[in-house]
Amino acid sequence: MLLVVEQFLNGLQFGLLLFLLAAGLTLVFGIMDFVNLAHGSLYMMGAYFAATFVAWTGNFIVGAILALGATLLLGIVLEFVALRHLYGRDHLDHVLATFGLILFFNDAVRLIWGPAGLALPLPGWLTVPIQIMPGVYYPAYRLAIIIVALAVALMLYLVVMRTRVGMLIRAGASNREMIGALGININLLFTLVFGLGAALAGLAGLMQAPILTVQIGMGENILILAFVIIVIGGIGSIRGAFLAAIFVGMIDTLGRAFLPDLLRQMLSSSAASTAAPALSSMLIYLVMAIVLVVRPEGLFPASRR
Amino acid sequence: MTASLNARAAVAVLVALGLLLLPLYSSASGNIFLLTLFTRIVILALAAVSLNLIMGYGGMMSFGHAAYLGIGGYAVGILAHEGIGSGFIQWPVALIASALFALAVGALSLRTRGVYFIMITLAFAQMAYYIASGLARYGGDDGLTVYKRSDFAGLINLSSRVQIYYLCLACLFGGIYLVWRIINSRFGLVVQGLRSNEQRMQAIGFPANRYRLVCFVIAGTMCGLAGALLANNTDFVSPAAMYWTRSGDLMVMVILGGMGSMFGPVVGAIVFLVLEELLSQVTEYWALIMGPLLLVIVLFGRGGIMGLLGRFSRG
Repeated sequence: MLLVVEQFLNGLQFGLLLFLLAAGLTLVFGIMDFVNLAHGSLYMMGAYFAATFVAWTGNFIVGAILALGATLLLGIVLEFVALRHLYGRDHLDHVLATFGLILFFNDAVRLIWGPAGLALPLPGWLTVPIQIMPGVYYPAYRLAIIIVALAVALMLYLVVMRTRVGMLIRAGASNREMIGALGININLLFTLVFGLGAALAGLAGLMQAPILTVQIGMGENILILAFVIIVIGGIGSIRGAFLAAIFVGMIDTLGRAFLPDLLRQMLSSSAASTAAPALSSMLIYLVMAIVLVVRPEGLFPASRR
Repeated sequence: MTASLNARAAVAVLVALGLLLLPLYSSASGNIFLLTLFTRIVILALAAVSLNLIMGYGGMMSFGHAAYLGIGGYAVGILAHEGIGSGFIQWPVALIASALFALAVGALSLRTRGVYFIMITLAFAQMAYYIASGLARYGGDDGLTVYKRSDFAGLINLSSRVQIYYLCLACLFGGIYLVWRIINSRFGLVVQGLRSNEQRMQAIGFPANRYRLVCFVIAGTMCGLAGALLANNTDFVSPAAMYWTRSGDLMVMVILGGMGSMFGPVVGAIVFLVLEELLSQVTEYWALIMGPLLLVIVLFGRGGIMGLLGRFSRG
């Protein structure tokens, strides 16, 4: 029971983290029709910035805020210098160009920070376990991730659904040309959305950093998960991304936690311990394949054109 | 038009001649490394040629093509591991396994279009990647060493550097010839017609997905052959061969060389891999140059190298 609650929370935490990554991706994808493979690199940069700034300032919160700003800035610069020239091009061009950016960022990080991974130590007040239910303790930091991510999700919801900028974003997702024709400065909107996406990816990266090590290529695996999420959720749909992210986070975490025991009843223990992680990772792609076959537009499509 | 055709044909002939004569140069100059490098290049060029068949001519943007490299490789590796060393068994199994995987992936993926197709092919390749990582008996994550190369009963000795090179080259030229025959056949014209205008083709009465599926399976099988060659050449297969960045590499080769041009993928593979090799000799941080280079090529050089050649000779 204790384990189940704990793993359930872990799944929720991972899902929320994935949501932060997927939200930016789905906005960029939905509004600019731009496939950004380099989104994972922004996630990685967020983590590296955080590790650097926290070590530099000696304060976790200040460092995190600086890292967030740095990723936002990086995203805006990236969009301004290179990516805005690619809107309206073929998706293949996007894939190729941003694939090049992945190569660039991986080696840039290796040049600046060296090939070895970094660790981002937590301040003492975040490492204590907190009693969430009688007898059930949960690490404060993971709880903090859940709270921050939920707050960001709520804020994102309010911004997108309740403000003028959000209205433009939603309009952009359903018909790009039309809002341009209505006199909206579409370039500015695009830069803004891209920067927002970058900042969200950076936030996900810096929050994940203390749990895993900060290393080169950390964004590549999780990027594909984020793509899976936006495809399951329906491209351009924030609500879809949220639900799909929680779903994928749960499958991944619960699969990793409970599949080995389940398999051990059928297979030998060593075979089960290698097969189980592979199987639980596969489960996610299987779900996506099924969703695409049954509902090719995703579960919660943003618009019908 | 004729001028551009000539420039491209000249490049194709020059490259083909260069590849044919390479072992002579390599043995004369004693540069064995060159031959090893180009064996790998020729194999990956075959994979790129097969990807070009579906991507360039069929309009199917598969982002999971490296899966077939892995499947072909694992077929050879697993059979060798189980003591079946004959190439007459290993290679047909590699081809059939790739074909079956392509059939399953294609049948499901072709229900979707555009970005969704890119993503679902990616998902299937990732599944293959995780299956391979889960094969504890065959090395799991660490991969599988192929201790003995495929045995063709004395017909050809794959342990000889020159012989395996020429085998790979023969497969590459055979693959290009096959693609050439396909796209100039009635079947190939239908597939290309589907890329240009699916609705119109369907209105004339062609079953779109059946044609696409056959094309998809042919490409997958061809890439499976490349996988079998690769496993023999490197004496090693691992899940990493199927990771999505490898599929990205293959896509880069095709687009770099020029999508939908017969010889483009070969040129793309040579340029990409030689550049990678040269840059990594100059600096450890070769991707710092390679990455932005790709970006520049996308921004300014549409149609890849072959497209550039066409425009250049047209003036």
